[in-house]
Amino acid sequence: MPDTVTLEVQRYRPEEETGPAWQRYEVPFRPEWMVLDALNYIKDHLDGTLSYRWACRMGVCGSCGMLVNGEPVLTCATYLEELPHGSIRVEPLRGFPVIRDLIFDLTDFLNKLKRVSPWLVRKKEQPVADGEYRQTPDQLAEYKQYSMCINCMLCYSACPIYELEPEFIGPAAIALAQRYNHDSRDEGVQARMDVLSQHDGIWACTFVGECSAVCPTNVDPAAAIQRYKLSATLDWVKSTVLPWGKR
Amino acid sequence: MPEYRTHEHDVLVIGGGGAGLRAAIAAAETAPALSVAVVSKVYPMRSHTVAAEGGAAAVIKPSDSLDDHAYDTISGGDWLCDQDAVEAFVREAPQEMLRLEYWGCPWSREPDGSVAVRSFGGMKTERTWFAADKTGFHMLHTLFQTSLKYQTITRYDEWFVTALLVDDGRCVGAVAIELATGQVQAVLARAVILTTGGCGKVFPFTTNASIKTGDGMALAYRAGVPLKDMEFVQYHPTGLPFTGILITEATRSEGGWLLNKDGYRYLQDYDLGTPEPHPVLRSMELGPRDRLSQAFVKEAALGRTIATKHGDVVHLDIRHLGAKVIETKLPFVRELCLKYEHLDPVKELIPVRPVVHYLMGGVHTDIRGATPMEGLFAAGETACVSINGANRLGSNSLTEILVFGARAGTAAAEYAAASRPASRSSVIAQVADEARRLRERFLDKSGGRERLATLRTEMQQAMEEGAGIYRDEAGLVAAAETIQVVKDRFPDVRLDDRSLTFNTELVTCLELANMLDVAETIIHSARAREESRGAHERTDYPARDDDRFLAHSLAWYSPNGPPRIEYLPVTITRWPPAERVYGG
Repeated sequence: MPDTVTLEVQRYRPEEETGPAWQRYEVPFRPEWMVLDALNYIKDHLDGTLSYRWACRMGVCGSCGMLVNGEPVLTCATYLEELPHGSIRVEPLRGFPVIRDLIFDLTDFLNKLKRVSPWLVRKKEQPVADGEYRQTPDQLAEYKQYSMCINCMLCYSACPIYELEPEFIGPAAIALAQRYNHDSRDEGVQARMDVLSQHDGIWACTFVGECSAVCPTNVDPAAAIQRYKLSATLDWVKSTVLPWGKR
Repeated sequence: MPEYRTHEHDVLVIGGGGAGLRAAIAAAETAPALSVAVVSKVYPMRSHTVAAEGGAAAVIKPSDSLDDHAYDTISGGDWLCDQDAVEAFVREAPQEMLRLEYWGCPWSREPDGSVAVRSFGGMKTERTWFAADKTGFHMLHTLFQTSLKYQTITRYDEWFVTALLVDDGRCVGAVAIELATGQVQAVLARAVILTTGGCGKVFPFTTNASIKTGDGMALAYRAGVPLKDMEFVQYHPTGLPFTGILITEATRSEGGWLLNKDGYRYLQDYDLGTPEPHPVLRSMELGPRDRLSQAFVKEAALGRTIATKHGDVVHLDIRHLGAKVIETKLPFVRELCLKYEHLDPVKELIPVRPVVHYLMGGVHTDIRGATPMEGLFAAGETACVSINGANRLGSNSLTEILVFGARAGTAAAEYAAASRPASRSSVIAQVADEARRLRERFLDKSGGRERLATLRTEMQQAMEEGAGIYRDEAGLVAAAETIQVVKDRFPDVRLDDRSLTFNTELVTCLELANMLDVAETIIHSARAREESRGAHERTDYPARDDDRFLAHSLAWYSPNGPPRIEYLPVTITRWPPAERVYGG
């Protein structure tokens, strides 16, 4: 077992550098360490200027997504020892403007998230005194998977469409729209459908599923997108071929 | 870049976790004409509410009663809870949980579609709502996504608050650093709510995220607001060694056992009942957290725990629950064990040890969430109302962030609507002073010999050694001395990073300053409390002493020297102090 491991980290400090640069750090190798632990070692002992986000270190807050050897991963859930020997390359997630070092701007996602109305829509909310809305375990299972999204942005980083068409609303926001669309308590499907169909990106999405492959919580955004396409097509058929069908 | 910019709102919420978002929504609904700002050092969905697993308690089933929830909470808190606050808490808990259900929270369900409840430690009946074992995650994302529909809520994400603005005894805003740019930003408001969470990071081994550094507590404390009951630190009995990752109490409410190195359910030796094959409420593994963590230490002293390179452990056994129960009710536990311990709890024992989890104390507030400072409110783990007393029951804190988040949001909105706007001219000098302090003491500082990580580690070790599960006078004195030494060395800290753009080293440095103040209040409050109660166990004062200490401690900031400790009587309504009895 090696004593140390080399991390090649992409740096970018806009006040000092005009573009990205690489910096090498040698850190102790420990079998229980994740890539994030190695970054924390650098920050604490070698170079206080290295900047990145992290918080929970248990795979649920979604802060620490980065490219490790070119793959979008949560660094708190990627062991050093799982990676091939040799140096480990760490970069910010691809597809986003970099603010500094490994920190990227996720404003675009937050704007898109808001556009899909990610909240429960009711024509009329019942008074609290009436108790809970009934929802059977089967009805819960209809959308539960899509509700597991931690907003880590790995799926956007992996998405070939988002890279080419920045207007594409993207895998996580579509999955979260579907999380509400398929919730038996919700009545907001139509408004969300209108937003999703505004851009062609969704039709460009093939069933390759890079987004689902990298998702750390098995949300399966690709399935959410295909499910949308199916219902949107049925809507279209109903409204054009069978115009009375929507009555 | 200008020295600072200013923004004006009516209500300013500092902290975007569960309590903060609930407060912001309550403020927006109470007074739709007011503008509400939420300032958070992380994006709201990164807040530590996200990591809560087991559930949230509220009476919903016909077999349950508000009085039972109140009694469990009060006895669990070793009679240090304010009973009027507990009564309000249990009364409003069901409607708050239902509101979250109306906002879409994916609660686990019974076959008939009603909300399912599970048992939890120290509770005499099943009343804990849950969303599998990612309850905090679902609550936080539900609150965050719901908050997006309120047009009057403005968020300032990734802004780190460095000081409160106080005008003639009234809180009128805060100064923050916008991390992306380094710009100093002043947010003026008629009312301010602190919802920054707890301070687990003052200890070396904790379930808490890196961001839980007691910021709101330190902000209030330095502004002259007392911190209440800071000596009460909760150790959760079941954390994974090395990482400190929480293994939820729900493992035990579903029927998990705690075993010593001989495979023996050792809790039966510590006045917690007799072992039964199935879980018995308020007994054995379903005893309260303080008693279970204390039993671990005693078991270790007898040499009956298992030594590992990351400290002594006992085993949590859930194998007998079977793969189906584990997959449907505890999927995250299985995922965490597989990922972080390379073991499958369906087939293997989980190594666990007590880990710092929660602070019962916090910013002193009344039952509405108001602090003694006019215009300043607080809720959630940052605050101490107190409903948790000397030991919080599992699944009461997720409910607390809703009930008291909503109360603080409502009270702050009502206060803001009735009060005059903050006078810009009177606080602008404070903003300039704070901008200058940040520049001179940190960004433009040259030299320095101390590494941040070294100072932080020394503080954390001192806390573990002196203010851990068991305490005594000598240990607390030693911890106080170490913290003072670290405080004295702090001005000589060396900073590598001079940039304005996302300077995380500066944030870490300011967080350490916050933690040092919080650590000091924990130690001095613990030293002054010469009794044992709940999570505060003094080996030199092993008995509870209601004559002297049926009272909340208040730690007041003093610029030169340790905090001044005073006491405030506990409010008793219907449950006179009695012995805590577990195990049937």
